[in-house]
Amino acid sequence: MEFAELIKTPRVDNVVLHRPFYPAVEGTLCLTGHHLILSSRQDNTEELWLLHSNIDAIDKRFVGSLGTIIIKCKDFRIIQLDIPGMEECLNIASSIEALSTLDSITLMYPFFYRPMFEVIEDGWHSFLPEQEFELYSSAASEWRLSYVNKEFAVCPSYPPIVTVPKSIDDEALRKVATFRHGGRFPVLSYYHKKNGMVIMRSGQPLTGTNGRRCKEDEKLINATLRAGKRGYIIDTRSLNVAQQARAKGGGFEQEAHYPQWRRIHKSIERYHILQESLIKLVEACNDQTHNMDRWLSKLEASNWLTHIKEILTAACLAAQCIDREGASILIHGTEGTDSTLQVTSLAQIILEPRSRTIRGFEALVEREWLQAGHPFQQRCAQSAYCNTKQKWEAPVFLLFLDCVWQILRQFPCSFEFNENFLIMLFEHAYASQFGTFLGNNESERCKLKLQQKTMSLWSWVNQPGELSKFTNPLFEANNLVIWPSVAPQSLPLWEGIFLRWNRSSKYLDEAYEEMVNIIEYNKELQAKVNILRRQLAELETEDGMQESP
Amino acid sequence: VEQVKLLDRFSTSNKSLTGTLYLTATHLLFIDSHQKETWILHHHIASVEKLALTTSGCPLVIQCKNFRTVHFIVPRERDCHDIYNSLLQLSKQAKYGDLYAFSYNPKQNDSERLQGWQLIDLLSDANRDYKKMLVPEGYKPIIVGSSKFRSKGRFPVLSYYHQDKEAAICRCSQPLSGFSARCLEDEHLLQAISKANPVNRYMYVMDTRPKLNAMANRAAGKGYENEDNYSNIRFQFVGIENIHVMRSSLQKLLEVNGTKGLSVNDFYSGLESSGWLRHIKAVMDAAIFLAKAITVENASVLVHCSDGWDRTSQVCSLGSLLLDSYYRTIKGFMVLIEKDWISFGHKFSERCGHLDGDPKEVSPVFTQFLECVWHLTEQFPQAFEFSEAFLLQIHEHIHSCQFGNFLGNCQKEREELKLKEKTYSLWPFLLEDQKKYLNPLYSSKSHRFTVLEPNTISFNFKFWRNMYHQFDRTLHPRQSVFNMIMNMNEQNKQLEKDIKDLESKIKQRKNKQTDGILTKELLHSVHPESPTLKTSLCFKEQTLLPVHDALRTIEGSSLADNRYSEYAEEFSKSEPAVVSLEYGVARMTC
Repeated sequence: MEFAELIKTPRVDNVVLHRPFYPAVEGTLCLTGHHLILSSRQDNTEELWLLHSNIDAIDKRFVGSLGTIIIKCKDFRIIQLDIPGMEECLNIASSIEALSTLDSITLMYPFFYRPMFEVIEDGWHSFLPEQEFELYSSAASEWRLSYVNKEFAVCPSYPPIVTVPKSIDDEALRKVATFRHGGRFPVLSYYHKKNGMVIMRSGQPLTGTNGRRCKEDEKLINATLRAGKRGYIIDTRSLNVAQQARAKGGGFEQEAHYPQWRRIHKSIERYHILQESLIKLVEACNDQTHNMDRWLSKLEASNWLTHIKEILTAACLAAQCIDREGASILIHGTEGTDSTLQVTSLAQIILEPRSRTIRGFEALVEREWLQAGHPFQQRCAQSAYCNTKQKWEAPVFLLFLDCVWQILRQFPCSFEFNENFLIMLFEHAYASQFGTFLGNNESERCKLKLQQKTMSLWSWVNQPGELSKFTNPLFEANNLVIWPSVAPQSLPLWEGIFLRWNRSSKYLDEAYEEMVNIIEYNKELQAKVNILRRQLAELETEDGMQESP
Repeated sequence: VEQVKLLDRFSTSNKSLTGTLYLTATHLLFIDSHQKETWILHHHIASVEKLALTTSGCPLVIQCKNFRTVHFIVPRERDCHDIYNSLLQLSKQAKYGDLYAFSYNPKQNDSERLQGWQLIDLLSDANRDYKKMLVPEGYKPIIVGSSKFRSKGRFPVLSYYHQDKEAAICRCSQPLSGFSARCLEDEHLLQAISKANPVNRYMYVMDTRPKLNAMANRAAGKGYENEDNYSNIRFQFVGIENIHVMRSSLQKLLEVNGTKGLSVNDFYSGLESSGWLRHIKAVMDAAIFLAKAITVENASVLVHCSDGWDRTSQVCSLGSLLLDSYYRTIKGFMVLIEKDWISFGHKFSERCGHLDGDPKEVSPVFTQFLECVWHLTEQFPQAFEFSEAFLLQIHEHIHSCQFGNFLGNCQKEREELKLKEKTYSLWPFLLEDQKKYLNPLYSSKSHRFTVLEPNTISFNFKFWRNMYHQFDRTLHPRQSVFNMIMNMNEQNKQLEKDIKDLESKIKQRKNKQTDGILTKELLHSVHPESPTLKTSLCFKEQTLLPVHDALRTIEGSSLADNRYSEYAEEFSKSEPAVVSLEYGVARMTC
């Protein structure tokens, strides 16, 4: 195996592990192909079991012959290992560096992981597009499934099956694809059953500086409008940026050519600006020495919550168009793989009760993120501690999860899942034993044969034992549209993610447990009352029977 | 006045409710077209402002001490002017006798009222051990001497005595030390205090002011203790700012939060520049220092600031709260307020501006104390018997002048006002309603002296939205976990009772059945009863359901509440016929 070359020192004794809020532990450090393991040999329990792919960056220091490795994880945790012996320390450090930045996806842990649980339901088949489409059976009269992208030839970042207007044939789709960035022709993202309005998404139109147009594109978009209705195009860039994009062959829909559509620009940041925002925020959260003024100004300077507000506002606007104005919308930015997906998926959280259930949310992530071609592999390659700033790294998905958390916090009883579910998704998007978030799109996943060679995250999550950890005890189905507040006073920092390793949550956890207890007890009592009522009723009818003869 | 418009405070689009405005002797009342009533007590009004005349009428902005802000538009300028003048007069009373408390009559007779006042009796309640400890015994001449040496005669007295550690919290005002003055009696008294502690030889003297302020006071013949003159004291400054800094800090905070269309960056930079959370942290840190001195070092502590009724009250009361779980109960918290605030002469009337007085004496010192307590409840969700609602209610009433407790500036003044005869006490009313203020997650099992050790890293301090935006419902979470758990707790109690009822009924039934087989007469007498029993049962099932419903109120929210709608309005202008924005928007919550 190739890993053996990378591991020069597989085992070191007397290593001391320091973690926040835990006493230091001394034990043996072992390196395997995919894990860093520390076990204190006394009771044979592992104290630490860390995926190499979770390691974002490491620092090493030496005091005499005692080496210290500081490991910064993608989930923002920071741990410290004191390793006796300079050579061992250097070996370990270089092994970790090599193993945490493997080039080949097929060497990643999901290809080696063998589940210790029985797979009841294969997550790879949990959310098939055909089944999802059937849920919108009422849409069947206007929409159809198209297999035009079966070989990924029309659009490499789209899945093989997409939903398009019924009146547009595959030939037209091929033409439209040439007019849209990355071949991402407009497809159905969401169908609002209440009034039949839809959210579509696409890449930017390739109008260029000379105002190219495409008849099929105009026809496709207009085909989604009912007679006499108008629609809105939400461009997730500012007008300025959209105009500049023309110079590079991109652009936006000219109102003259799309007279039934009105364009709205809602600027949402992207790429390195988001990554820098995350880096600044995590840095501010990790520095416990900040005084109040410094903390607040750092929090402000990170701009993280500004991004949250921007994204939520755009999503609310989209939802408002659908539900209040009764108008269909098309959403795109440049590629249509980042801010576009944030908006389409959050609008669904607001509009669609199903997407607030566990299954529904999984389906949403599958449909609007994985199938829709959000490049997870690129975006989540590094996290807040990375030094090598690459243009394609950005916490787009984390921002989405944070926005969901914000809505969850404002409607704590309307979601079937809890905060832990969102945290779990964040962790697995960055480092996982499952294959779900590998690759950048369906086409890549197919080539990697992930379905055959790796386990799906959903197979694991959807076991009853696991689900119970992610279930919100307060959940009560809410069929209404939920409009969150986007005022800064209503958008706090997501402490469960950003302060998770910086403060003890003992008292909060205990309070949460107590809350669960009260709810459980309530259920118990209700069940008991029902049984007793039935008993009493039975006794009464018995009495009646005795009396009647 | 009719046809008055109430504007949404944050809406950028001038959305409004139309209704009628009434002025009563005590309240301002607005009834909108949905018959929803908004009551504002005149005493709650902090400021009334008449803005420049607009086309739709004359705008009137009223800011309240409980952080409610209302923005009316009165169609006719003359009406507006009249209202403005009346409100100015009504909200600023010149003498105590005109305050609401003296006319407030909750239909209680005299003996009930008296009982109410006796409910919290410091000597019998909190100070079980204080009687002899109030000051070290047998030091009367020394006390007289010391009081002459302390600003306003406020000599060191006991505030809290920790039984386990045998250490005391004492409080006083600043010494009149100037640059070199000393007072032997005062030195003796401090020595007596430290000697009363059998464990530790030294005691702490905490000056809660910033060092600079304390030094400046020396020039005025006041100042702080010189460590050389007192044996065995350890002197410490903790740096809480004075009432003027606090007042302007809150003002800045409110200005920022009242901005329409506030951006995240402006919010945080406003929060930072107001310094409010920094001040809250300073108070909290001081209290923690105090608690640590007692629990870790077993040392007694003497706390003072300038006069010893603002910062000293904050620090002593918070310190007691950290040390003793009794004060974390509803009753205990009332005792704490009586002890460290009311009886030690926190100048409620001046600080809350009850009367038309010096605006420079107004300061949110007590509000800060409540906010610190709130931060503690956030960090220790199970440690307090009461909830946030209790703190908000108390805050409401320090300004309402509806009850006598917070009137006047010291005990002497209160006695002169004959408050106990003429007004009612707040505490019995709160106790009567205590269900509303209970924390459903409270765990009372903890030991009496379980000490809270809050973490004061900056990120643990958050903006208290429910206080400063108490009345801006649109900013609040749309579903409250807290209410839900509270209702569920209530429901559980009811269910427990139901189970007992049902069980006993089943038992009865069974007995009757066996009896009935034996004697037919009995069966006949049961018969007419059973239908009623049945109906009562049905009734019960039905009553249970509404509880259930209330518990699970399904809430959406109204789009109109939020401020991402500017665009839609833009559209509706261009195509008013197609886009109807107002369609059923407000009816989202069912």
